[in-house]
Amino acid sequence: MDFSLTEEQRLLKDSLDKFVQQEYDFESRRAIVENDAGFSAKHWQTFADLGWLAIPFSEEAGGLGGGPVETMLLMESFGKGLVAEPWLTTVLMSGYLIENLGSEEQKQRYLPAIVQGEMQVAVAVWEQQHGFDNQVVSTSANAVSGGYEINGQKEFVINGQNANCLLVSAKIDDGNESSLGLFCVDTTIPGISTQAFKTVEGGRAANVTFDNVVLDESALLASGEAVEKAIQHCMALGTFAVCAEAVGIMELLYNTTVEYTKTRKQFGVPIGKFQVLQHRMVNMFILYEQSQSLLLMAAIKLSEGGEEAQQAVSALKTWIGQAGRKLGQESIQLHGGMGMTDELNVGYYFKRLTAIDALFGNADMHLDRYAKALS
Amino acid sequence: MDLTISKKYQDFRAEVKSFLEENLAPELREAGRFTTSVFSDSGLAMNWQKILHKQGWAAPHWPVEYGGTGWDIVERSIFAEECLKAEAPLLVPIGLQMCGPCIIGFGTQEQKDYYLPRMLSGEDYWCQGYSEPGAGSDLSSLQTFAESDGDDYIINGTKIWTTYAQYANKMFCLVRTSKEGKQQQGITFLLLDMNTSGITVEPIIGLDLVHEQNTVFFDNVRVPKANRIGEENNGWTVAKYLLEFERGGSEYAPSIHFQLQKVKEMAAQAKTTNGEPLLNDHTFRRKIANVEIETKTLKFTENRIKAALGSGQNPGPAASMTKILGTEISQKVTELAIEAASLNALILQPEAIEPGSGVDPIGPELTLTAMPRYLNTRATTIYGGSSEVQRGIIAKMVLGL
Repeated sequence: MDFSLTEEQRLLKDSLDKFVQQEYDFESRRAIVENDAGFSAKHWQTFADLGWLAIPFSEEAGGLGGGPVETMLLMESFGKGLVAEPWLTTVLMSGYLIENLGSEEQKQRYLPAIVQGEMQVAVAVWEQQHGFDNQVVSTSANAVSGGYEINGQKEFVINGQNANCLLVSAKIDDGNESSLGLFCVDTTIPGISTQAFKTVEGGRAANVTFDNVVLDESALLASGEAVEKAIQHCMALGTFAVCAEAVGIMELLYNTTVEYTKTRKQFGVPIGKFQVLQHRMVNMFILYEQSQSLLLMAAIKLSEGGEEAQQAVSALKTWIGQAGRKLGQESIQLHGGMGMTDELNVGYYFKRLTAIDALFGNADMHLDRYAKALS
Repeated sequence: MDLTISKKYQDFRAEVKSFLEENLAPELREAGRFTTSVFSDSGLAMNWQKILHKQGWAAPHWPVEYGGTGWDIVERSIFAEECLKAEAPLLVPIGLQMCGPCIIGFGTQEQKDYYLPRMLSGEDYWCQGYSEPGAGSDLSSLQTFAESDGDDYIINGTKIWTTYAQYANKMFCLVRTSKEGKQQQGITFLLLDMNTSGITVEPIIGLDLVHEQNTVFFDNVRVPKANRIGEENNGWTVAKYLLEFERGGSEYAPSIHFQLQKVKEMAAQAKTTNGEPLLNDHTFRRKIANVEIETKTLKFTENRIKAALGSGQNPGPAASMTKILGTEISQKVTELAIEAASLNALILQPEAIEPGSGVDPIGPELTLTAMPRYLNTRATTIYGGSSEVQRGIIAKMVLGL
């Protein structure tokens, strides 16, 4: 096994780190997440110019053919800056669903626009009553003349209010049998109401209601087992990506905490001289290293694409949920009163780690999934 | 990043497997299966070492010119993994793993020629004289004194936690030859014969009722200076070299994984109050899942370290991290084992795990080792630099605190 980066991967990582360092200091980020969209259109165009919006797409589709390792590098760097631009949902997750389920015509309609930074797409599959079981769906798509009529509600659509297009899962009922369908829904169509909200760490999401939304047939990406599988894999990719982001955050947080304790003096000495704090910080460092290791394991399993990928992703999400929470809490504690302020960035990293645990199913849910498949 | 495992090692694995199948006699496998610490039955472990020696495999990590195998780090871990799966007894590590590298690194040609072949063949049985009643984690405060007397040293003092001193005919030890300067500076590395007059060995019985440890008393013990490894007062350098040599050597994750599979077997046999296998119990299953996930974090941490070693990098204090994780996770596995064994874990029947005793177990055979392992494994976070010492090393070397 060789964990060293290829030349291309190293260059990618360098340019990601440089971007975060130059453009994403804490005050710049604060300004970005407080604007209407919750992200910077200028940065999004930079991502397009640098090719980052093309990373996960195949070369035939005009992409760079990147895999889990490239996703990992990008999300780890983004974690360190708490980058707000919606790469996860528009590029990685929506891009995957469209490229894998869409017809040639559909791919031509959406993918170049995504790659060039002209279109935002969001994934609308989570429903209030079904948790993270994405195979059970209450939203319905009834066949009507020339198309479908969609009714139902999707919750927590990340970047939903900025999306030009939503990928909506719905149960298709043609009178005889039902199957799961995935639709590309133009958000200007009448009958869509969006309740947009901010999230605790400065992100954006929306609950979206579909009330007799009429779509023509070309809006259907695919249906049946292909959709079930694609959504499952899309969620695995998303889960993996936020875990990579968490690992970037954890690296930054333990380092920030260690540096802080070297300068903060109490009782006449830097508090980092106290053994009880040293050992707690060593535990934070070890949690980070373990997380990095498990992230690589999941990257390997996802690259291999076998049966073990789902299990590896659940192991990773369980671990990141637990370790991230612990490491975040320790960072606040060791920063003392300053850790409690909105002024210091530590609180935002802590809140993002907390959010990551809840996204895509928390540690308990993934532990349950992992335990059920135990061999 | 090439994350695939190269195919070139498959033949090697097959070769190791077939060797083990042919050479691991049932009583040797029994010694492996009933091992409850890092030491297997002493006599059977030596028998196994002799078989491996005949094959040239007794010390894979030694340089080839001294009898090593020339295997790369991947081949070494494949060998270790297959030995584990076949339940081979663990070789006594004190000579091959600990003393041997010091002689290789610092011994004279004459010392190498004399000691190394006898160590490999198992003719000599080694024990380690490091810890003292007043020098545990603070090893360099050791007080056993070697006074110069012509061509000899005369040693007085006490060593403690000396594993298998009751079987050993040789000891490598650290003694104080000077009280000047920093405490690390007056230490010398010596080899000695255990049958020298003035040496007394007294047993220490462990809380698992096993006689692994001893106290060794030195009363005017005369040792030739020719037995010294390295310079006088330079023993701390020799001792530290051993730590470096050990890095990237052994891995914890494979054996933890193996023990965890045994816990699952135990839990599949055990019944909960409603007659269901314990393995299907929601709570217990989730406990196993949690420990299995943590074991994977260690496995891939060890893979990363191996990859770094393979490309010639120095892993640095990573050895402290894997020691902390390996020992703490293995303690969690032994906890799961006694939980799965339930009341069967309480049956005290040490004679049933003596290889070749033929004693029928009172409870299921699988649960016989659960409690002895749980008890013995408490030691792993204490010896070899306690978890607290290791955290201190990381705080200083990695975090710069």
